[in-house]
Amino acid sequence: MGFNLYDFTNFTHNLHLWFFENMSTGWATTVEWLLVGVIYLAIVALLGLFLIYVERKVCAAFQQRIGPNRVGPWGLIQTVADFIKMMMKELITPRQVDRFLYNLAPYIIIVCMFLTMAALPFAPGLQGLDFDIGVFYLSAISSISVIGILLAGWSSNNKYSLIGGIRSGAQIISYELSISMSLITMVIMAGTMQFSGIVEGQRDLWFIFKGHIPAFIAFVVFIIAGTAETNRGPFDLAEAESELTAGFHTEYSGIKFGLFYVGEFVNMFIISAVAATVFFGGWMPLHFPGFDAFNNVMDLIPPIVWFFLKSFAIVILIMWFKWSFPRLRIDQILTLEWKYLLPINMFNIILMTVIVLTKFHF
Amino acid sequence: MSEIKEILINSDNLETDEYSVNMGPQHPSTHGVLRLLVTLEGEKVLNVKPYIGYIHSGIEKMCESLAYNQIIHLTDRMDYLSAHMNNEAVCLCVENALQVEVPDRVKYIRTIMDELMRISSHQLWWSAYGMDMGAQTALFYGMRDREMILDIFEETFGARITLNYNTPGGVMFDIHPNFQKRVKDFIKYFRKILPEYDRLLSGNIIFTERTKNNGFLTVEDAIAYGVTGPSGRASGFSCDVRKHHPYSAYPFVKFNEILATEGDTYARYYCRILEMYESLNIIEQLIDNIPEGDYAVKLKGVVKLPEGEYYQRVETSKGDFGVFIVSDGKKNPYRVKFRSPGFSNLFALNSMVKGYKIADLIAIMGSLDLVIPDIDR
Amino acid sequence: MTNEDLKIYLDQNFPEATITEGPQYIEMTVNPAVLIETASKLKKSTETQFDYLICLTGVDYPDCFGIIYHIESTKFRHTMVLKVKTADRIEPAIDTLTEVWQTAKYHEREVYDLLGVKFNNHTDLRRLFLEDGWGFPLRKDYVDEVRIIQR
Repeated sequence: MGFNLYDFTNFTHNLHLWFFENMSTGWATTVEWLLVGVIYLAIVALLGLFLIYVERKVCAAFQQRIGPNRVGPWGLIQTVADFIKMMMKELITPRQVDRFLYNLAPYIIIVCMFLTMAALPFAPGLQGLDFDIGVFYLSAISSISVIGILLAGWSSNNKYSLIGGIRSGAQIISYELSISMSLITMVIMAGTMQFSGIVEGQRDLWFIFKGHIPAFIAFVVFIIAGTAETNRGPFDLAEAESELTAGFHTEYSGIKFGLFYVGEFVNMFIISAVAATVFFGGWMPLHFPGFDAFNNVMDLIPPIVWFFLKSFAIVILIMWFKWSFPRLRIDQILTLEWKYLLPINMFNIILMTVIVLTKFHF
Repeated sequence: MSEIKEILINSDNLETDEYSVNMGPQHPSTHGVLRLLVTLEGEKVLNVKPYIGYIHSGIEKMCESLAYNQIIHLTDRMDYLSAHMNNEAVCLCVENALQVEVPDRVKYIRTIMDELMRISSHQLWWSAYGMDMGAQTALFYGMRDREMILDIFEETFGARITLNYNTPGGVMFDIHPNFQKRVKDFIKYFRKILPEYDRLLSGNIIFTERTKNNGFLTVEDAIAYGVTGPSGRASGFSCDVRKHHPYSAYPFVKFNEILATEGDTYARYYCRILEMYESLNIIEQLIDNIPEGDYAVKLKGVVKLPEGEYYQRVETSKGDFGVFIVSDGKKNPYRVKFRSPGFSNLFALNSMVKGYKIADLIAIMGSLDLVIPDIDR
Repeated sequence: MTNEDLKIYLDQNFPEATITEGPQYIEMTVNPAVLIETASKLKKSTETQFDYLICLTGVDYPDCFGIIYHIESTKFRHTMVLKVKTADRIEPAIDTLTEVWQTAKYHEREVYDLLGVKFNNHTDLRRLFLEDGWGFPLRKDYVDEVRIIQR
């Protein structure tokens, strides 16, 4: 069926035609939807479990320990074991929670996670949703997940969860601005909001090298804002154990807490994947203009491997932050955004516009 | 606008914004069983009321039915991170009351052990403080280095923290032949590692933003509340017992008393880091020159202090620890009182925290280095 | 000031107090009625300046309750012991010294908790370690069938 590891366009096209030839239109569409849904479920589940394992190993490496190494070779099945345990735990619902909202909150976060995941370009031809407003769509959908956190904090009927939820909500809403503005900076560079267009535009050189200074500033701001978006790293005041509250997910137990937990890790992966796509070329191998031999060697590695390598590199960078730095206070977090990152972003947009218009880039 | 606010605040049926939150006896940051009733207005702390007594064991009452060399085992358990110094206080009190002069060897050994315990106590404090602030890696770095000291203790004394090495008249047994070499190796290793602690936490801008300019304790307040130890010295209160009323081998060594003037959380933090350097200097001056001699003076089987009241002060890692023994000539003391530094340090917390935020409360409380069994006895 | 100079100074300024020389420090026993005045004078006078209250102890002597204050001057580095005794065993009460040395507030709560000595004008005299309704454990006549083993 034309399976080509380097370019999935033909494969997916042929598969699509095969479905429509052999079944009626209604069935074919349904089967395609189900197939895509199951594939994404599998990706998210596997990614979530694997990322938790990576976090524990990376954390152990920084702390001069070994990390899980008993369950399975190199401890790879540790997260599976943890998840089985979590699924067997009793779902304790406190008495006076708002039932509907309490159960709804984790699902909002998971749904938004899937929707954003669908827009990521894994390889040429392997992208769920390829809108021409891709970047805009991504920012819009990730804004909806705030509702999940606020609902979780509010419906728990617990003073501490409410404080944690409101703090998280304020933090996430503030940092969305920075994320969107750094993405806009790169959209100015790329000229298009469509993700596949952004990746194609990096065929000769990755944007972070192409748009030297403003692209680098945008990258730094994006990473800082990205860790704050996902409540990770030095910005995790809302869920820190040694502060007063355990955050918005205090009252959740068992698999519901598991959903929040996996959601946090997969969101972190999504932020890294977006950074990898917009700044480091997504699935595009590293090319330097003029070095054809080098480019050909780089092309030997399949694009899907490039994508995951880049994403995981940024994931490990984000994990590095978490285990090295102390925590910021909530007012320091908000000050950082509104007084420092926002003006820097605005200045950066202007700088990038000037550079693009004067063609002062590589 | 402000007139309206005045009218509203003064009227009786307006609910104020204050609410009380309980940092209950079980909490990861209080380092022990301490309950704090925090009155907040939004994020701002208005008042902190400590409730103690969750681990009160009646040590002072127990001492009234024990012999003097049995009291030592109870003093270990109070501030368990400076167990040796607590033991030494009781031994010195008894020896001074009996007017017994211990050999120089004993003094040197006691002082070296004091300083090693001080380093290990500050290491544990640093690890726990980093973890409270969110830099969880600091926990592992501090503990890794503290294990080296605890291994030295285990080889020589058989126990890691509650050593029971001191006894009135001297020490229980002589030091292990490996002791000097291992301590010297440790000093060499730790001198290279301490700058790493600075790079990880002290120089980190997030850390300095959270600790500088909050939790101020003026020097007058420090003296009025009796805050001693590094917490008091960071405000400028010169209270080092080792300098002002030297005991054991402290008259033979040269070291600096670490004083700061700002009195904020960062000053208290940094004083302890500098104290670790000073402790290394003290041990270096003593470790090669331990004089030969007996490791104890033989006292009578049953020690009886002459009638009277005796007070002995030592400088533990938390501050000025005092033992007050009232004796009526019998074999058990009539009354023993332990002046614990944590008790006075804790009650200065309220004045330090007013007006700052909840996250600062954690930072300030951690910088006081409280060990709750010390407070509760 | 050395112990001898201190003794001379105290003899001059506090004629009614009993001044003895203990094994380490000068001990001055005063009447409970003049306690606050004595303590303030010791703190404020320029020759002594006893501004640091090291330790506040309550002792159940065979005939009376004694409260013992170890005080030190941070300027001159001399230390002395101030004592008060009250023979009342039913309702012992001493004036509080919170106005003079702020740390006394909490040490006095401890003495109240463990010995039962009340402090007049104390703003917050509650029990510190033990629950309300517990006896006063440090008293010599405290009996507890369950928790104390009498040898």
